Amino acid sequence: MQRIGVFVCWCGSNIAATVDVAAVAEAAKLEPAVAFATDYQYMCSESGQSMIKDAVKEHNLTGIVIASCSPRMHETTFRKTAQAAGLNPYMVEIANLREQCSWVHKNKEEATEKAIVLMRTAVAKLTLNQPLIAGESSVTKRALVIGGGIAGIQTALDIADAGYEVDIVEKKPTIGGKMAQLDKTFPTLDCAACILTPKMVDVATNDKITIYSYSEVEEVKGFVGNFTAKIRRKARYVDEELCTGCGACTEKCPSKKNPNEFNMGLDNRTAIYIPFAQAVPKVPVIDAKNCIKFKTGKCGLCATVCPSNAIKYDQEDTFVEENYGAIVVATGFNPIKLDEFGELGYGQIPDVITSLEYERLMNAAGPTKGHVLRPSDGKKPKKIVFVQCVGSRGQSCREKGYCSKICCMYTAKHAILTKDHYPEMDVDVFYIDVRTPGKNYDEFYRRAVEEYDVNYIKGQVGKIYEENGKVMVQGSDMLGNKQLTVEADLVVLATAIEPDETARSIGTMLTASMDTNDFFTEAHAKLRPVESPTAGIYLSGVCQGPKDVPETVSQAGAAASKVIGLLAKDKLVGNPCVAGSNPLLCNGCGQCANVCPYGAISYVEEEVRGPGVREVRRYAVVNEAVCQGCGACTVTCPSGAMDLKGFTNRQIMAEVDAICK
Amino acid sequence: MQVNENKEFRPRIVAFCCNWCSYVGADLAGSSRMEYPADVKIIRVPCSCRVNPMFILRAFERGADGVILCGCHPGDCHYSTGNYYARRRMTMLFSMLDYLGIEKERTRVEWVSAAEGAKFAATMNEFIDTVKNLGENRKLRDLRCKE
Amino acid sequence: MQRIVDKINELFANGTVDRVLGWKVGEFSYDRTPYVFTKEGGLDGFAYDSFCANNLSKYLIAESRKEGKVLVLLKPCDTYSYNQLVAENRIKTENVYTVSIPCKGKVDVEKLKAMGMTGITDIVENGEELTVTTLYGDEKVNRCDVLCEKCLACQKTAKECDEAIEGEAYEKPHKDRFATVEELEAMSPEERFAFWRKELSKCIRCNACRNVCPACSYIKCVFDNDNSGIASKANTDEFQENMFHIIRAFHVAGRCTDCGECSRVCPQGIPLHLLNRKFIKEINELYGEYQAGDNTESRGPLTSFTKEDCEPSIVYEKGGK
Repeated sequence: MQRIGVFVCWCGSNIAATVDVAAVAEAAKLEPAVAFATDYQYMCSESGQSMIKDAVKEHNLTGIVIASCSPRMHETTFRKTAQAAGLNPYMVEIANLREQCSWVHKNKEEATEKAIVLMRTAVAKLTLNQPLIAGESSVTKRALVIGGGIAGIQTALDIADAGYEVDIVEKKPTIGGKMAQLDKTFPTLDCAACILTPKMVDVATNDKITIYSYSEVEEVKGFVGNFTAKIRRKARYVDEELCTGCGACTEKCPSKKNPNEFNMGLDNRTAIYIPFAQAVPKVPVIDAKNCIKFKTGKCGLCATVCPSNAIKYDQEDTFVEENYGAIVVATGFNPIKLDEFGELGYGQIPDVITSLEYERLMNAAGPTKGHVLRPSDGKKPKKIVFVQCVGSRGQSCREKGYCSKICCMYTAKHAILTKDHYPEMDVDVFYIDVRTPGKNYDEFYRRAVEEYDVNYIKGQVGKIYEENGKVMVQGSDMLGNKQLTVEADLVVLATAIEPDETARSIGTMLTASMDTNDFFTEAHAKLRPVESPTAGIYLSGVCQGPKDVPETVSQAGAAASKVIGLLAKDKLVGNPCVAGSNPLLCNGCGQCANVCPYGAISYVEEEVRGPGVREVRRYAVVNEAVCQGCGACTVTCPSGAMDLKGFTNRQIMAEVDAICK
Repeated sequence: MQVNENKEFRPRIVAFCCNWCSYVGADLAGSSRMEYPADVKIIRVPCSCRVNPMFILRAFERGADGVILCGCHPGDCHYSTGNYYARRRMTMLFSMLDYLGIEKERTRVEWVSAAEGAKFAATMNEFIDTVKNLGENRKLRDLRCKE
Repeated sequence: MQRIVDKINELFANGTVDRVLGWKVGEFSYDRTPYVFTKEGGLDGFAYDSFCANNLSKYLIAESRKEGKVLVLLKPCDTYSYNQLVAENRIKTENVYTVSIPCKGKVDVEKLKAMGMTGITDIVENGEELTVTTLYGDEKVNRCDVLCEKCLACQKTAKECDEAIEGEAYEKPHKDRFATVEELEAMSPEERFAFWRKELSKCIRCNACRNVCPACSYIKCVFDNDNSGIASKANTDEFQENMFHIIRAFHVAGRCTDCGECSRVCPQGIPLHLLNRKFIKEINELYGEYQAGDNTESRGPLTSFTKEDCEPSIVYEKGGK
C-alpha cells in the first residue's frame, strides 16, 4: 500500500483566494492511500520544499501529490525535491489547482469542489505509479555527414574542429556539391571556387575527417548515440591510395564525347575523368558506360599511361560499416526537370538555358572559359532575358508550391555580372515579385536596377519560341498593363530547386520525417530548426528547405554544434516514460511498429517464460533510447500488451474513475 | 450526479489534453483568466494518440456526460504523427457510438494549440452547453453508478 | 469433393504435406468439424459440402507451429483471413501449403430450424435442392433460401494460393452487404439504441465470436489482461454488453475481412457482423476502399493516415439522423 503525502499550495492568494485549500487538505486525509496532508503558502519555496522533504521522512511517504500550479511550471522542481527526500522522482503527481482551477473559476464552492476532485485524481494515479528509472545509453563519438556540398563540408569541419571524428559520404566522385559549380556568390561577388575550394582542402587534410566519395549510405540501423551505417563505396576503377591525380589518364582517354555533368552537359569529357580541377579527392573515376575498355574489352590506354598502376578495371563495389553517434543529413538539392514546361522551349530551343547552366557559361573554368556565348552558334548574345520563378510558387502539379528563395538574388547577380562584363548587352528580367530580404541583399538588387540599368519587368512569361534565329519571349508587363514579346538571343530560366532525389530513401532509412515536397522536417520549426524529430538526426542545408550559401553555412554550423553537444556526452539519459511490451501478452502482429514515428519498435523471436508458458514467440521490443513516449503503439495494441510507463492504461483509467466518481 | 440547490444539471466532463499543445492551451486559458465551468476536469496525456477508446467508454461507464479529446493541430503534433492516428481512431469510435444510438454530441475532438487559450475556454463553454442540452448520459453508463 | 480428395492423396503420396486441415463429419450428419487429417490416419470422414462453413485459417496459428507441413483448404473468403494472419505474422507460412477450393455458399442449419424444422436427422444435398429428413418426415428446401448470412453478400474471389482447385461457375447472391447497415443508419438514434439494446442484451459472453474470429487471434485479449483496466469475464451490466462489443469491433476494425464467422457462431444469434460492417463501410467511405487480407503487405487503415483525413466531426454531419 502506498503512503501518499498531499501538499496543497496556496500560491499566495492565487489559489487560496478561490479554493479553500484547507478543505482540500482535509478531504485528502480521507483518501485511504493518503498518510499525510497539509497546505502551505508557497510549496515551491525553499521552506515549502523542505517541509515536503521532512514530511516524506517523518511519515515514511512512498509518493507525493502536489496540488499547486501547472505541472509544466514546477513538476521538475518537485521531482528534484522528491529525489532529495530519497523518493523516486517519478513518484510525484501534480494536481493543477491554479491554471486549470482557481484561475478559471470564480465561485469558491465550485472551485473547491473541483480542486478536491483534481487532488483525488492525482492521488488515484499516484497510487498506481511505479518508480521509474531513466535508461542510459552510450554515445559513439563519431558523426556521419551524408552529402559533401557546402552544408556537409561546413558541418564536418565544425564537428572535426571540436575534436570528433567525422565521415562524409558523397555520392559524386568529388565533394563540393552545387557551390563548386557556381561562378560568383551574391551579394559580395567573390568567386565561389575561391571560398569553397580552400574549405575542400581543409576537409581533405583534416585528420579527423574521412571522405567517402563516390559512395552511398546503404543502410542505417540503431538509434541516437549508437547508429551503424553501411556505406557502399562504388567502384571507381581507380585505386584512391595509389593514384596521384596526375591526370595522364584523362588526357590520353580516347572516349572524349561524353556529356560533362559538371558543366551541365554544355561540353564533353573523357570516359575517365576528374569532375573539375580542384576536385577532392583528386582521383579520377571511370564512367564504365562510356569506357571503351568496358564496352569492347579493347583499349586499356589509361592503365598503360598511369605511372602508379592505379587503374583497376576489376574493382568492385566495397562496403564499409561504421558506428556513429549522430547523423547529419546534408543531401542538398537539384534544379527541377523542365520536361513538363514545354511552352518555355527548354530542351527544344538550344538558347534557352537554366540558371545553373548560365553559371557554368560565366565561369572562367567553364565550357566557354567565362565568355557568355550562345550554345546554338557560339556567338555573343546581344540581348538576354531572365525568367524568374520557373516552377516555383505555383499551384499546378508540375510546379512547386514553395518559393525557391535563391533565384531572385542569383538572377540579380547574373544580371549584374553580365552587364559588368558586357555593358552593351541588353538584360531583361521577368519577375513575379523580387524577394531580397537579407543583409545587403536589397542594396544589391537595387544596384542591378539603378547602376546597371537592368530592365525588370513585372509579369510572367507564357511562351518562348524561336523565330528568325531569335528566341521570342512572350510575357505580360503588369505595370505597363500590356502583353509584350521580347526578342532575345539567350533566355535564362531561374529554375525551381527541389530536394535531391536520394532524400526520400535516406529519410526512410533514418526514419526521419519529411514533408510532401521531400524536404526534411525539423523537430520544431522555430526552436529546433536543425534537428530532425528522430533523435540523433540533424539537418544541414537545403535538404531542410531552400536556402542560400550564407544561410546554409550558418545552419551547417548550428547542426554541428548540436552534434557536438550530443557527442560531448558520455551517456544519454532517456525519458523513462517510454512504452514497453509484455512478451507474455504480445503476439508480434506488427501493428505497433506501423504507427511508431521513431522506428523504436522491433520484433524478436525468443523463448517466453511465464506461468504455464514456455515457448518461442515473436514479440515486440521497444528501444527505450529511441522511444519518445507518445503512446501511439499502446492504443494500436489489441491485447493491451503494450503500455506506456508513467501513463499506463490503469493509471489513466484510475484518473477517469476518480473524476467520474 | 451532481445536483445543486436549484436542481440545475451539472454535467461531468472529462477532457483529455495532450501534454504539448492542448494542456498548455488550457494553462494559457488559466493565466489569461478565461472562465469556463468547473465541470470540466482535465486528464493530461502525452499525446492525443495515447487516448484509448477504452478510456472514453470507461468515462461514460462511470457517469461522465461528455468526453472531449484535445490535441495539437494536425501537422503540429509534438510526435509528428500522433494526432493523425488519433483523428482516425476517434472518427471510427464516434461513428460506432452514433451507430449504437448514443448521442454523438457527447464526444468531441478539438485541436487546441498552446497559444489558443481563448479557443480552449470557448470550446469548453460550448461543449458544456451542448452536453447540458442533451442532459444526463443514461445510455452508456453503468447502472450501478447511478445514484 | 472428389477432386479435393484426389489432390490431397496426391500431395500425401509425393510427400509435399504431412497433414491436412479440413472438415470432418461430426455428430449429426450435417455437422462439419474442423479436423486435422494425417497421412497415416488417412481421410476417413473427410467432407466438403454445403455444411463446411468454418473458416479454417485461424487454426493455422497453432498448426503451422507444429512439425511438418500442413495443407489447408481455403474457401475464397478464407483466403483473405489467411492473408491477414500472414500479414500479422501469426502463421509460419513455410509450414503451410494452401489450397483454394470453390464455394457456392454454405447452408445455415439454424435457418432450417427457424423455418420450423425440428428433429432433423439428415440433410441430403442434391444440386440446388436440400432434402431434410426429420423425425416427422422429409421436407425439400431450396439451398439458396437457407444460406449463411455471410454467404448472401459474398463477392470474394480466392486470393493466390499454392494450388487452386476450380469449381463450376456459380452465380453469387447479390445482397448488398451494407444494406442492413444503411437501414440502421436511417433509423433515429432512439430506434438504433433500442435495436442494439435488444441484440446486445442477449450476449452471454460465451466468447464464441472472439474465439472464432481470425482477427481476434491474440494470445491474451484486453478483456483477459489485468493491466488493461477493463478485464472482465462476464457482462455484469448493460454497459459492459455494449463495451465488449464496441471494443471487439474496434480492435478488428481495418483488420476484419468480413468473413462473417462471428455472427454465424453466435449462439444467441446477435448480428455481430453488422458492427464490423459499419466500420468497413466507414473506412471505405472516409479513407478509400479497403479490403483487409487483400494482400499481405499493406497497412491497415487505422495504422496509417493522410494529412487530409476528415475530422471526427464528420460524424456529426454524416452520421445517422
